[in-house]
Amino acid sequence: MFDLRDLYQEVILDHNKRPRNFGQLARPDRRAEGYNPLCGDQLTLQIELDGEVIRDVAFDGSGCAISKASASLMTESVKGKTLDEVRTLFEKFQEMVTADAEVEPDTDALGKLSVFAGVRAYPARVKCAVLAWHTLRSAVEGADDVATTE
Amino acid sequence: MSQAATPTAAPPRFDVTRVRKEFPILGRKVHGQPLVYLDNAATTQKPRVVLDALVRYYTEHNANIHRGVHYLSETATQAHEAARRTVQRFVNARDAREIVFTRNATEGINLVAHSFGQAHVREGDEIVITGMEHHSNIVPWQLLCERTGARLRVAPITDEGELVWEEVERLIGPRTKIVAVVHLSNSLGTVNPVERIVELAHQHDAAVLVDGAQSAYHLPVDVQAMDCDFYVATGHKLYGPTGIGLLYGKAERLEQMPPYQGGGDMISSVTFEKTTYNELPYKFEAGTPHIAGAIGLAAAIDYLTGVGLDQVAAHERDLLAYGTSALRQIPGLRLVGTATNKASILSFVMDGVHPHDVGTIVDRMGVAIRTGHHCTQPVMDRMGISATARASLAMYSTRDDIDTLVAAVGRAREVFA
Ligand SMILES: Cc1ncc(COP(=O)(O)O)c(C=O)c1O
Repeated sequence: MFDLRDLYQEVILDHNKRPRNFGQLARPDRRAEGYNPLCGDQLTLQIELDGEVIRDVAFDGSGCAISKASASLMTESVKGKTLDEVRTLFEKFQEMVTADAEVEPDTDALGKLSVFAGVRAYPARVKCAVLAWHTLRSAVEGADDVATTE
Repeated sequence: MSQAATPTAAPPRFDVTRVRKEFPILGRKVHGQPLVYLDNAATTQKPRVVLDALVRYYTEHNANIHRGVHYLSETATQAHEAARRTVQRFVNARDAREIVFTRNATEGINLVAHSFGQAHVREGDEIVITGMEHHSNIVPWQLLCERTGARLRVAPITDEGELVWEEVERLIGPRTKIVAVVHLSNSLGTVNPVERIVELAHQHDAAVLVDGAQSAYHLPVDVQAMDCDFYVATGHKLYGPTGIGLLYGKAERLEQMPPYQGGGDMISSVTFEKTTYNELPYKFEAGTPHIAGAIGLAAAIDYLTGVGLDQVAAHERDLLAYGTSALRQIPGLRLVGTATNKASILSFVMDGVHPHDVGTIVDRMGVAIRTGHHCTQPVMDRMGISATARASLAMYSTRDDIDTLVAAVGRAREVFA
C-alpha cells in the first residue's frame, strides 16, 4: 500500500524492534549526546577507541523507528573502522539521504546502510536518519556538547 | 410561520457540509488522497471570506493608516479600527482601547512580560505559571526573571493533565505579581478554570494573563466575565491570516505600563528632549501595523460568529467524544490528556510505534496531524514521554475525518506489527 515500504524497509523495522549495540560500554573513551528538537529523538553514543580504530560502540536513548534503526545500523557498520573511514561513510550516507530520487545509492560503499535511501522522499525524516551520525561525529571530535540536527 | 410565534427562535442549524464548502483548501488532495486536516491546533484553514477580504483590501483600499488625509488612507484607517471593534466585541472587552494588535499570541505575552514586568516586577517577586504552558508562555517569563531576579513558580499537573488545585492555591500568594495560564492546553486539551484562578490571584493583587491561543476559536470568550487582566490570542488559529494577533488588557493596567517598542504611531509628540506617548492602544503599536491582517482577522471573526461559537463548540464536543472512543478501541493506543473538562485535542501515544512514524504513515493517507512535543516539552517530561501524535479539531472537522484517522493509525500499527 502506497510507497511506505520504501521508507519502512524490513531491515529498518527489524533494527527498530531489536536495536543492535544498544546499551552501555564498560569503558568508553568518548561519549556524546544527540538530540533532535523537532521530534524529541534523543540518543547517547559511546565509543571505545584503539588508536584510530573504533573498537566498540554502543547507543542508548529513545526515538522514532528511523533514528533508532539508523543508530543501530550505524554502530554495526562503523565497528572496526578507522576514524577516516567513518568520516567518508558519514559523507556518503548524508549524500544518499539528501540526493535526488533518481540518483542510485553507492551500495558498494554503504552496504546495508543503503536501506535508508528511501528517506530522501521524506524530507521531514532526514534529520532522524542523520542524528546518530552527527552524534558519532561529536563523540569522535571529543566535543562535549549535545549534537543536534538543527 | 409557527416558528415565528415561539419566543426563542432556534439558531440556524449547524451544517458542517455547508461550512466545509467555505474553505477552499479542504477540496484538495495530498499524496493522491483527499486531505483530512487534523492539525488545527497548529493553524486553522481559512474560509473564502478571509481570502476575499485580503484581496479586496489590497486591490481597493491599500494605504498607510493614521497618517494621511487622502481618501484611501482614511478608509484604510477606518477598516483597521473597525477590525479592532470586531475583536473587542468578540472577546467582550469594555472598550476598543483595550485591544492591542500584535503579530501573534507570542508577541502579546512578550509585550506583557516586558512592559508589565518593567512597571511592577522586582527582585523577590514571584511569577506563577503552570506545568502545561506552551513554550511561548514560559520563556518570556524566564527572561523576565533573569532581568529582575524574580522567581518563576510552576503549578504542577496530574497524570490526567489537570492542575493540582491545592498547589495552585499554595503557590499564588502575597509575592505573586502575575499569573500566566493557558486557557486551553494545546498538547492535552485541558480547559483550565481560569475564573477561579483570576479570583484567587486578585485576592493577592496579582494580575492574570490568560493564553487564549487555543481557546479563542473553540470556546466563547468573555474577558469581562473572566475578569482576567490580559488575554492573548493569535489570528492564524482563529481562521484568520498569519502575522496578526490580539492582546486584550484592562485599560487601567495598560495605562500604567510603559511602551513595549518605540517608533511611529506610538507617540503623540517627539522632540530630542522629550517624547510623549500616544494614548491606548496606540502606545503599544509601534510602526505600520499588519493592516490587511487585522482586516482579515475581523473577516474571520465575523465568519466564526456568524456560524456561532456555541454551535461550533457543540459540534467539536460531539467529535471529541466520538474520536475519544474511536481511538480508545485501537489496541496499544493511550490518550495523553484526559481531563474532565477538555476540548478539541486528541493527543496519543502507541505501544511500539513512535509518534513521528505514526505521523509519516498517516500523512501518506492524506491525514495531517502533528507529532512531537508541541512546544510543551515540560508536559512531555511530566508524562514521561518524548512526544505524542496529536489530532486537533476545527469547525469543519467531521466524523469521516476521525474514521479516516482511525484507519490510518491502524495502518501504522500494521506496518510495525
Ligand atoms: C497554547 C498556545 N499558546 C501560544 C501559542 C503561540 O501562538 P503563536 O505562535 O501564534 O504566537 C500556541 C500556538 O502554537 C499555543 O497553542
